[in-house]
Amino acid sequence: MRFTLKKDKSGVVIVGVEGQLIVGNRQELKQKVLEALEEGSRKFVIDFSKTGYIDSSGLGVLVSLSKKIREQSGELRLAGLNADLQTLFELTKLDTLFAITRTAEEALAAF
Amino acid sequence: MRLDVPSDLGMVGDAVELVATHLPPGTLSPRRISFNLRTALAEALGNAIRYGNGEDPDRLVRVYVELRRDFVRIHVDDDGQGFDASRLPDPTHPDNLEREYGRGLFVIRHLVDDVAFNEKGNGICLTLRAG
Repeated sequence: MRFTLKKDKSGVVIVGVEGQLIVGNRQELKQKVLEALEEGSRKFVIDFSKTGYIDSSGLGVLVSLSKKIREQSGELRLAGLNADLQTLFELTKLDTLFAITRTAEEALAAF
Repeated sequence: MRLDVPSDLGMVGDAVELVATHLPPGTLSPRRISFNLRTALAEALGNAIRYGNGEDPDRLVRVYVELRRDFVRIHVDDDGQGFDASRLPDPTHPDNLEREYGRGLFVIRHLVDDVAFNEKGNGICLTLRAG
């Protein structure tokens, strides 16, 4: 399990989630993204292309981050969901809350 | 397989991997082990540790895995007072969609074939049928 943050040339923060996003590590992701938000970043992509599974705590932290980023007039996009994760977002109706793209590149192009 | 898990949320991922990687191939497809089983077990363990045992380090969550030819059944028991699963709000209702919590049991019900609770409400049993 690992989170990576990098900023592209236009200032978008791309967060990679390797392994899983669950109750045991969600605070680490939240802290990293909030630090970037406090430092002035406003556009974020979370890339799940290397993510195996996400539990409801992981979904909850994404909802929380989305709200905090929007409060700062920022935008959060999600990318790289595999078929099972896409289904998870659809059944929880969180696909209606997030901008979701097939790849991180598509998310970057949409900003 | 029996496993005692400390009431530490940081142990959930390791406990899930321990169970998932010790299931012999055949009953469940690799995809269902990778996603359905791992996600549902992480939910059940997280709920038991946080809400059941209140993250009390002196309390354990007990996991018991039954492996049969046609199903895998996982029991997760905590030391809490239990809860009434029928009284949980619908997390997909528009009023609840932006809440951070409250999706755990909803997610479990969609990932496994059967969910049952013990009478007290502090034990959950997840059944995944073969396939």
